[in-house]
Amino acid sequence: MARRILTALVGAAVMGIGAHAASAATLDDVKAKGFIQCGVNTGLAGFSAPDASGNWTGFDVDYCKAVAAAVFGDASKVKYTPLSAKERFPALQSGEVDLLARNTTWSINRDTALGFNFRPVNYYDGQGFMVRKELNVKSALELSGAAVCVQTGTTTELNLADYFKSNNLQYNPVVFEKLEEVNAAYDAGRCDVYTTDQSGLYALRLTLSKPDDHMILPEIISKEPLAPAVRQGDDQWFDIVSWTHFALIQAEEFGITQANVEEMKKSTNPDVQRFLGVEADSKIGTDLGLTNEWAVNIIKAVGNYGEVFDRNIGTGSPLKIERGLNALWNKGGIQYAPPIR
Amino acid sequence: MAIGVTNAPEKGRSSGSIINDPQVRGIFYQAITIIILAVLIYWIVDNTIENLRRANIASGYGFVRSRAGFDVGQSLIAFTSDSTYGRALLVGFVNTLVVAITGIVTATIIGFLVGIGRLSHNWIIAKLSLAYVEVFRNIPPLLVIFFWYSGVLAVLPQAREALTLPLNVFVSNRGVAFPRPIFGEGSEYTVLAFLIAVAASFLIARYANRQQAATGQRFPVLWTVLGLVIGLPLITFLATGAPLSFDVPIAGKFNLTGGSVVGPEFLSLYLALSFYTAAFIAEIVRAGIRGVSKGQTEAAHALGIRPRLTTRLVVVPQAMRIIIPPLTSQYLNLTKNSSLAIAVGYADLVAVGGTILNQTGQAIEVVSIWLIVYLTLSLATSLFMNWYNARMALVER
Repeated sequence: MARRILTALVGAAVMGIGAHAASAATLDDVKAKGFIQCGVNTGLAGFSAPDASGNWTGFDVDYCKAVAAAVFGDASKVKYTPLSAKERFPALQSGEVDLLARNTTWSINRDTALGFNFRPVNYYDGQGFMVRKELNVKSALELSGAAVCVQTGTTTELNLADYFKSNNLQYNPVVFEKLEEVNAAYDAGRCDVYTTDQSGLYALRLTLSKPDDHMILPEIISKEPLAPAVRQGDDQWFDIVSWTHFALIQAEEFGITQANVEEMKKSTNPDVQRFLGVEADSKIGTDLGLTNEWAVNIIKAVGNYGEVFDRNIGTGSPLKIERGLNALWNKGGIQYAPPIR
Repeated sequence: MAIGVTNAPEKGRSSGSIINDPQVRGIFYQAITIIILAVLIYWIVDNTIENLRRANIASGYGFVRSRAGFDVGQSLIAFTSDSTYGRALLVGFVNTLVVAITGIVTATIIGFLVGIGRLSHNWIIAKLSLAYVEVFRNIPPLLVIFFWYSGVLAVLPQAREALTLPLNVFVSNRGVAFPRPIFGEGSEYTVLAFLIAVAASFLIARYANRQQAATGQRFPVLWTVLGLVIGLPLITFLATGAPLSFDVPIAGKFNLTGGSVVGPEFLSLYLALSFYTAAFIAEIVRAGIRGVSKGQTEAAHALGIRPRLTTRLVVVPQAMRIIIPPLTSQYLNLTKNSSLAIAVGYADLVAVGGTILNQTGQAIEVVSIWLIVYLTLSLATSLFMNWYNARMALVER
């Protein structure tokens, strides 16, 4: 019975903390303590990883910096909490972190049962396949008869079975419990194909003994929308995180970059003027609970979405991921910002 | 307790206060123990049920009838992603059984050879055997598995450049591929002939023993039996028109297709468990043979029995009595160590169960299935070995 009482107490305590954190305005808390506590991945090349001098860099890290720039006008006012897949949700639920930017898939269960708010999707991911170039495979539909390396107990394993079955392809699954074991087996040639989230494949390819001998196939067989998450029940904070992303997208659409943002302030385009907060009597920034310089600060700190993407995971990085679905809506992708007016 | 009973067996308790009655006291303490145990078990079960209910986790074994949705690489019975979780567990169980049985057979053979080798008068053989035992006995089995998997099998050539051995056997880092026999019409007669030959051999052996006991005449059992077991099925096979063909592995786009393949996961686990356990069996065998008093050998020699017969009829039967009980422990160890399969991705019961646990969240049910299956396997092995031990035990007249 003691156990039950203890469980109840812990449960009540967690609920209490959750209720407290949800009711308090995160923005006020953040402003009071002077920095944002941001939950990031413990180490995923291109998304969040410490560099040689111990500074966190990456796509997700830039989102933390962008929010800090929007709130404080200073991208350095972030403290990072590296979290494993298991730790990430309790850390956000308990209020240990203010923002979770950790390549996390948005799903209905996490949105409702776990009490989070996801959105907007900052990276559209999906399960993909990697093969050796020497096999001369151009499509996943040519993979019949291949040995496929996969991590056991994941949705990846289930998606794989469904995909091969629905396309009437034969395959031989080679399953391991740990990611490192799957990597080693693929590198040693135990299997022809490696399957996991496509962004993971790009990051993984860099760790192989000969990265250039491998290619990632164009097919995506599942939807894995990665989005920053905040606690449910604090709409103001949710708005700030959402519109930080939309500002990055909008800046790319306008062609505003880290380099030309000061110059663009002199633009005569009323949309740009409004966006950059130079329009007379602009209230966009203050309505968010921020200053009217918010968008300028974000762009000065990290650049626009395209720059963030290219620098960390795109053509300007070792990962060389194509924009694909993450291109702007008017360039063949689905990244789209609602009107800022 | 015993004193009270012997003093007044029909009364059931001695004179004096009931508190001082040893028998009553004994019953009292046993009852207390049972009550505490029952309460403890009730508390654990009730707590578990309550916590599961609180966490909204559905419990029960109903999930074994749901669709699995994943594939298993190595399966001896038909399995697809449309099969049930229960079927997946069965696949894992069969795989565990296969690696345990083949491992036990191989470990026993290697163990006996090395164990006898340690007693050899040949210095090189004795020292090589010693080195073998000390190396494999002192390395954790997991490392032995990794040694075979990463050190030996992973460095074999790629599937497309597989080594070709005689009889269309191909060796690559995807395992060993060999032609699969396809039994045609009428092949069941060959199997039948083989079974008849085996049965006949047993009868002949019994007849020969009785004949020798009665008359002292020895019947050439070995040659007769060999002729029967090989000859009879062979004649039947040819008479029915050799109804056998082979499915030969051919290099496909990715892998060798056709034929049968034994994967590196099974091979590394099987070899590692065999070699590891064999080191312990070797020591048990050596101890068993050493345990037979030298006087036995000398007595046999004094009676004029040849050295080879002395070993077979005098030393080994007595050594077996020492060997069998610890050997049983080694067999049990090997079976349980087979759960290390998960490290190399061999789909044994634990690996498949782990996948199911992850997909369904039915942790308690899956763990209980593991416990029951391993317990049953171990008890079955123990029972068999105890029966064998009883047969080999000294018959006292």
